Amino acid sequence: MSREADIGFLNSNHAAAEGALTAGVNFYAGYPITPASDLFEYLARKMPKQGGVIIQTEDEIAAINAIIGASWAGAKAMTATSGPGFSLMAESIGFAAMVEAPIVIIDDMRTGPSTGVATATGQGDVMQARWLSHGHYGIVALAPFSAQEAYDLTIKAFNIAERLRVPVVLLMDYVLVHTREKVRLKKPPEVEVWSRKKPRVPPEEYLPFKPDEDLVPPMATYGEGYRVFVESLVHDYRGYYVTRDDVYEELVKRLSDKITVNKHIVLDHVEYYTDDAEILFVAFGSTARSVLSIVRHARARGLKYGLFRPISIWPMDTDALLKAAENARKIIVVEMNYGQLFLEVDRVIKDKPVYLAPILTLDLPTPENILEVCRKWL
Amino acid sequence: MPARHYKITIVANRCKECELCINICPKKILAKGDEYNAKGFRFTRVTRPEDCIGCRLCEHICPDFAIFVEPSEKPEEVIAR
Amino acid sequence: MAVAKRPIIHPVDKYLRTERLPHVWCPGCGIGITLHAFMRAVKELEDEGRIDSSKILFVSGIGCTGRAAGYVNFDGAHTPHGRAIPYAMGAKLARPDLIPVVFSGDGDLVGIGGNHFIHAARRNMDVLVILVNNMIYALTGGQVAPTTPKGTYTTTTPFGNPDRPINAVKIAAAAGANYIARWAVTHPELLKNSIKKALPMEGFRLIEVVSICPEIFGRHIGFRAPIELYRRLQKVVKIRGKISPFEATYDWEKEIILGEFQVRNEPGYTRVLMEAFKHG
Repeated sequence: MSREADIGFLNSNHAAAEGALTAGVNFYAGYPITPASDLFEYLARKMPKQGGVIIQTEDEIAAINAIIGASWAGAKAMTATSGPGFSLMAESIGFAAMVEAPIVIIDDMRTGPSTGVATATGQGDVMQARWLSHGHYGIVALAPFSAQEAYDLTIKAFNIAERLRVPVVLLMDYVLVHTREKVRLKKPPEVEVWSRKKPRVPPEEYLPFKPDEDLVPPMATYGEGYRVFVESLVHDYRGYYVTRDDVYEELVKRLSDKITVNKHIVLDHVEYYTDDAEILFVAFGSTARSVLSIVRHARARGLKYGLFRPISIWPMDTDALLKAAENARKIIVVEMNYGQLFLEVDRVIKDKPVYLAPILTLDLPTPENILEVCRKWL
Repeated sequence: MPARHYKITIVANRCKECELCINICPKKILAKGDEYNAKGFRFTRVTRPEDCIGCRLCEHICPDFAIFVEPSEKPEEVIAR
Repeated sequence: MAVAKRPIIHPVDKYLRTERLPHVWCPGCGIGITLHAFMRAVKELEDEGRIDSSKILFVSGIGCTGRAAGYVNFDGAHTPHGRAIPYAMGAKLARPDLIPVVFSGDGDLVGIGGNHFIHAARRNMDVLVILVNNMIYALTGGQVAPTTPKGTYTTTTPFGNPDRPINAVKIAAAAGANYIARWAVTHPELLKNSIKKALPMEGFRLIEVVSICPEIFGRHIGFRAPIELYRRLQKVVKIRGKISPFEATYDWEKEIILGEFQVRNEPGYTRVLMEAFKHG
């Protein structure tokens, strides 16, 4: 492959699709929805040529369940959607978490609630990504802010899903996914591609939900003689339904703790001018690009502004956030909703004021739009 | 040459006393037992194994995998747990 | 936790997680009769060398019948309510050597999961669906089901069920299934033969099994013992040969037609999809 072939001029949907292909996606099920459809269409042309299977299901509920089934059949499986479709997937996000099926879900956020504005941007799915399904479980959400990151983080999303056996959400937004940019399509060995752990014992000794030291159980594949039972009810190491306090407690804690104990492969963020920042902005996704412009202009005028941009939203690198905020007098969270990431930042930072700058515009906010909201704190 | 006799095995701890087998047996050779199993059900007993014709209706109607019939040298009831 | 040794006593025990028996179903429950017929069909097919049971993927949804997947010694899943079909579809398309079986209830398959049922039949998806129809939501305590006879008093229709019951056979036929049959637990041998015929086929195959729920349905309509409901079902079912699925009446008061209503050999979805991708 020539050097030129490694460079694409792609929007973030297409970049994420390329990332998925590099990560080895071989099963995709989806349902059309704005603004995620062109990701599906892109893969629909490419995956069959690479031996993958891609289908359009009758709804998003079928899509999410099909990828969970495919995952247990050994596939690297994904879907992509937007808020309304993501909402429909709610129950089976918890199913994936409960049966520890590695899957990747791309959520191209648009305006909500409900049908909202299908063709307008938003960042209102932050809490949805974390707490979409009922019960307590762990989940990972990553938020790119460029097409390059959409590519890189989709690979990372698959790697985390495979290594930790968790659902991983890639949170993008309308503006981001329809903005074309230069993307370098890095391939192995420049990027690492991970696969799940397989059983190391014969079928008669295999306990499908017995974790290793990293709290992640090795995963058998359907059709290989393991006769593995995938149970959505509370289950013991065998996968059998039991109603015992100790089993329930160990399972539910482990579904969250396996992310915490392996956070070194998950946590990710970028800091801009935080060393001496007195005003620290926190923003993610395409909104962070406008905030970065504000910060750079401020710096040019000698103002000590900084930006903390979380990439892993769930979990967020809170230690890094605290450190970045050390010298700050004020923290301003800029997001295109009425306060979601803010709740997490405000929870973490206890000794100084945290302000919410909600941006409720239908298009990407300009730096001026954001400054207008923030001026009272600057 | 079809077998002349049959061995009827009752898997006692699986029986739930639904009595479908007792009612369906064309030779009426099954009956509710006196003995209780581990779950508190009085499992089916065979009253006249020598009259079994090996039709296996009892076996196939049993929802609990608790009774089965095999050809045998002599008429026999076996209680398995 | 050590892996327990499985006691093998009964002829179908090798296909059961026998350490979990007795199962959760009530005395006289038709789910056990249906599952038993399925095991016998698998056993005969495997003994004849026509199937490799390690390739069976046995998927259930939620409800009494949904518990079946936990008792069988195959690859399997107990999915969220109504989602057994798309789950099985994903697994089959990702790994075409699997033999998917969806074994679930009427509420799960044609109530909450009805859309998946229709579209899997429309695609001629490679799956054998065994629909155990007990005419009631039993696990939750006797609420009206899509299959409940009109007028029936249930816990959520205390003035009688105002809804007409669904006829799953006609829906599968309208959507284009390869194989469609309806049997009843009153005829376990015919049911077993039907499963044995349909399991090795490709495409969408529906076997509806009119079942008995003596505890939650039977008692509610005045039958005190399982055999009473069984005899009542025996009276209403009629076996018909060579009739259209659209004539397969489902009427608890008049007649419930049993039989094999459609046998086609159109290529299954997996094959169609792979063929299309080959030319991509």
